[in-house]
Amino acid sequence: MSDTHAHSVAFVRTETIPQMAPPSSASGPIAWMRENLFATWANALLTVSALYVIYLLITATLPWILNGIWNTDSLAECREALEGQVGACFSVLTERWNQLLFGFQYPSDQYWRPGLAFVLLFFAAAPVLFFDLPRKLLIMTAIYPFIAYWLIWGGTIWIPIFAALGFVAGYFVFDRFGKSNFAAGFFGGVAAAFAVWILSGYVTPALTPETPFLEAVQSRDMGGFMLNMILGVVCVSLSVPLGIALALGRQSSMPLIKWICVVFIEFVRGVPLITLLFVANVVLAYFLPPGTTFDLILRVIIMITMFASAYIAEVIRGGLAALPKGQYEAADSLGLDYPQAMRLIILPQALKISIPGIVNVAVGLFKDTTLVSVISMFDLVGMIRGPILASTDWNGVYWELFSFAAILFFVVCYGISQYSQWLERRLATDHR
Amino acid sequence: MAENTQMKVSDQVAISIDNMNKWYGSFHVLRDIDLTVYQGERIVICGPSGSGKSTLIRCINALEEHQQGKITVDGTLLSSDLKNIDRIRSEVGMCFQHFNLFPHLTILENCTLAPIWVRKTPKKEAEETAMHFLKKVKIPEQADKYPGQLSGGQQQRVAIARSLCMKPRIMLFDEPTSALDPEMIAEVLDTMIELAEEGMTMLCVTHEMGFARKVANRVIFMDQGQIVEQNEPEEFFNNPQSERTQLFLSQILGH
Repeated sequence: MSDTHAHSVAFVRTETIPQMAPPSSASGPIAWMRENLFATWANALLTVSALYVIYLLITATLPWILNGIWNTDSLAECREALEGQVGACFSVLTERWNQLLFGFQYPSDQYWRPGLAFVLLFFAAAPVLFFDLPRKLLIMTAIYPFIAYWLIWGGTIWIPIFAALGFVAGYFVFDRFGKSNFAAGFFGGVAAAFAVWILSGYVTPALTPETPFLEAVQSRDMGGFMLNMILGVVCVSLSVPLGIALALGRQSSMPLIKWICVVFIEFVRGVPLITLLFVANVVLAYFLPPGTTFDLILRVIIMITMFASAYIAEVIRGGLAALPKGQYEAADSLGLDYPQAMRLIILPQALKISIPGIVNVAVGLFKDTTLVSVISMFDLVGMIRGPILASTDWNGVYWELFSFAAILFFVVCYGISQYSQWLERRLATDHR
Repeated sequence: MAENTQMKVSDQVAISIDNMNKWYGSFHVLRDIDLTVYQGERIVICGPSGSGKSTLIRCINALEEHQQGKITVDGTLLSSDLKNIDRIRSEVGMCFQHFNLFPHLTILENCTLAPIWVRKTPKKEAEETAMHFLKKVKIPEQADKYPGQLSGGQQQRVAIARSLCMKPRIMLFDEPTSALDPEMIAEVLDTMIELAEEGMTMLCVTHEMGFARKVANRVIFMDQGQIVEQNEPEEFFNNPQSERTQLFLSQILGH
């Protein structure tokens, strides 16, 4: 303001004040340290003591790791090689890696099969996880379960082929009739799929060769981290769609559907997983007709999937509830029908909100697969607690084995969590 | 009321509401509503808050269910039959107070979604139509942005364009400018005026009396769930008949 107008109230700005750079004292490593590590006395004290704790941890573990022995055949030999010094016996890992990864009964000349299935898993999961990839790649995802089953279990290829044909038949019937009448298409599709499967039950034995191309491996021979991966991947991929269905069912205006979903969710959430697993292992056999063999892994998969889907349903219900009512009304007012509104408007948003919760359940589920060791399945933890620690060679090697298990699980779970964070950033469109 | 024939702009009935009643639980929100809307008519509905004006127009596209009486929209009787409801909804466009754009879709996708999925229009054609209407509401350059990046006024104009992409025969506006900053109200009203001048049948719940004077054929005043008074805008504003209307007008035009 000029002097002449110094006492006047009226003011007119004639030009914009130019932008200026922030003061330079606010940046640089010293400034950062002063601000973040040594801002106050209490802060400085905490920094120093935290550094001391880190120092203690490193000095305690580093010699143990660096001194580790990698090439002995038993704990006794390892202790001898260490000559009384501190050191880890990692040789248990090099000697028993195959048991840790595949269990102790999987034929060792067939390890390439689960290995290949594991590699293919990345190709099958990629189109689902990274939706910027061409949609045509989803065909890999669709055929992967059948290929993976054939690779891991082996036996006649007709079983997975007929299983796939059943789905294809069901899809075609649904596609044909589902457009005019959803219920007719849905139940017709289910009926068609079952018709193919029952028919294949009669045909398959006739088609099975004496010695199949891939040697058949029984479910009870599966073990190690492979078993955790099978259970984790199958149960997560089944429980997400089932959870969505349950969440929508719980919101349904049809009382029967609503109450079935509510009872299912509340019952399953109210029961410990370990109880469900015991049910799968022991009790279920009483209800089945005598003589039926119902694969143990399948039973466990059903139980874990039920368990996880109930939790995921509740997470998604939270997401649905968080959406403003206006979104439903806007979708309705444009004339979208219920499936369209759900698929195009409601679920994309509700699922986006639910990502952290779903990932939380998925990570928990994956770690819970180690509970199957309690019903005497030899997953990674089961292998460690059972055959390996019980053997005379390695009785007493705890730290090395359980650290190895921890690292394997950490890698997978951290990967899942990083993916979910990427996904959240990728889907962010609100620009707040 | 309907026999007040000088209000007619055409003989074709767009909406007829016959002795309609609605309750929320035991609360009687709409009482004996009789209303006939002719093709091409522009109706402004006003009234104090809680008078049931929003509920009334939300009954027309079945966002709210009425319990008694008949609503016929464009020749289709509104019943609980979902097919009828979806047909009516695809012929009746609606704009909301809070825009209700789909935040996970771009502006263009917001506009093409319903034509593609409900009308089964080919994607390319739907996009051309969408761009046409986005030009009309004067924001074609925002087509690839997300709703969160737009101002309130722009979002409401997109919402209008989104409804227009379905080529509706009737447009419902539920307080379209109530959530907007004063500077943005004008741009939305301009769009609505333009739409009115093209002969769209419009039902508009609003407190913008300037808009009512300018474009409405008929102003309806509601209070306590009933239509208290309806008249041509000139008569309505200059010579309100009922005491309640006079009080309302004096309050909103008083300053």
